[in-house]
Amino acid sequence: MMYAITIYGESGVFENLPAAKQQEVMSGHRALQEELDKRGDFISVKLMPPSTAVTVEPPATADQKPLITDGPFAETKESFLGFYAADFQTLDDALEHARMISSPIARLEVRPIAWAGGAISSE
Amino acid sequence: MTGWLEASFTTQRPHAMAALTRYFRDIEIAEEVFAEACVKALVDWPENGTPRDPLAWLLTTARNAGLDRLRKAQRQKRLLAHHAADLEAVDQPAPDPDELRDDVLRLLFICCHPALERQDQIAMALKIVGGLTVGEIAQAFLIKPKTMEQRITRAKKRIADNPVAFETPSPQERGRRLGDVSLMIYLMFNEGWSTSGGDIQIRVTLCEEAIRLARLLVTLFPGMGEQVALLSLLLFQHARRDARTDAGGKLVALEDQDRRQWDLSNIAEGSALLQKASRLNHLGPYRIQAAIAAEHARAASSEATDWLAIEAHYAALYAIQPTPVVRLNHIAAQARTKGAGFALAEMAPLADELDRYRWYHTMRASLLEQISDHRAAKAALERALELNPTEPEGAVIREKIALCEKNLRPV
Repeated sequence: MMYAITIYGESGVFENLPAAKQQEVMSGHRALQEELDKRGDFISVKLMPPSTAVTVEPPATADQKPLITDGPFAETKESFLGFYAADFQTLDDALEHARMISSPIARLEVRPIAWAGGAISSE
Repeated sequence: MTGWLEASFTTQRPHAMAALTRYFRDIEIAEEVFAEACVKALVDWPENGTPRDPLAWLLTTARNAGLDRLRKAQRQKRLLAHHAADLEAVDQPAPDPDELRDDVLRLLFICCHPALERQDQIAMALKIVGGLTVGEIAQAFLIKPKTMEQRITRAKKRIADNPVAFETPSPQERGRRLGDVSLMIYLMFNEGWSTSGGDIQIRVTLCEEAIRLARLLVTLFPGMGEQVALLSLLLFQHARRDARTDAGGKLVALEDQDRRQWDLSNIAEGSALLQKASRLNHLGPYRIQAAIAAEHARAASSEATDWLAIEAHYAALYAIQPTPVVRLNHIAAQARTKGAGFALAEMAPLADELDRYRWYHTMRASLLEQISDHRAAKAALERALELNPTEPEGAVIREKIALCEKNLRPV
């Protein structure tokens, strides 16, 4: 089954870490990427800071166009930083891999990926 | 956990300091109680887990620490009586986002107080908002820590004597504050970027702090095109940090830089931000400068650069900022599109105004070299050398003079 490992945290904290700690975080990601690469296709995405984002709001009424605003508003809480998507045998397998990138500055969520026709399966 | 939590405190610091400064109407108290809250967090968070909203946790803890203090301190009695109503109410630990963004802007604006010299404004922002130590700031400005300490104490006093209003600013006032704060951030970056010597690492820190503050402004005011453009401009510039000096620490001109050393993630983010800024209906100086930086960033080499586009950008910049230095930059681009002879003729009328500007003479020298007037080129370089260049600049100029002399010798 395809799983996503999504990463949440405070934007900018990584950049404020001392170099040794940044290395520690990065080595976890490198190890996971090497591991996933051996197993087949995978996706890894790191988002730019929220300051680069533009928001498309749903129209207020049916005859209006969607409203484009210039960014998520002053959010001081955690934000969506990026994700991995790959094929894992089991939930435990996915969790095992998520552990490789766990660090005090990120909260991870492991969730199966849905498809319009049902869950994508490796079978 | 040491190191991990400090990074989070640094991230929260501007917001926390801003809200606490409004709450206590005093930067000193805000600094002290924020530090106290961080110390408490170092014990509490590893034990009970990091809170989902660290800012709210830090603010509540800092406020309560401050209130305890105020209740105890005799000298604060009057203040306590005055703000009794506000100070009792700890009902809303997470501040309202609208209020918070004006708080952060106010805190930065307080640092930009017009009674302070520019360098002291930057030092205040680094200390209060960035949380740098006095030692680090002193190192960045190449002065003794003791002197820096005195300057910061004096600056704090001046600020306290002439407080900035704590009411919600009018849109005009908000715009004015944004303009002043943006200029301070721009100059903070330039201070770090300038090559007046000193420890390279701490100067990079200055640039990074400026980027962090510019990013903060964009997060708070996502609809302000000039602030988005300022962040974009700083990122494009910062992308070149590793390429602008060689292994021996000597400066490398933009056209000679190894572009493979440019930081691609900075350039990518700068481009994304510039596109975002371009959606917003405005054309200010930061946006034009960012557009120029983007042209350089996307060119594979100096030859492959779209100099026509750059020339057009400088013409637009000159229309809103008609200064001789902008004009000189415009002419430098024209030298690429219309030739050295044309540029030299265009430069002539600026000779008096820019006589004390080193770059006028070094640029003239390189154009004169192009038309093989080695004698005049050498004279221009010697003039530049009289104008107190920094050590790395001086080294480059002397090298060029030697080259002129070689060219002057009969073969």
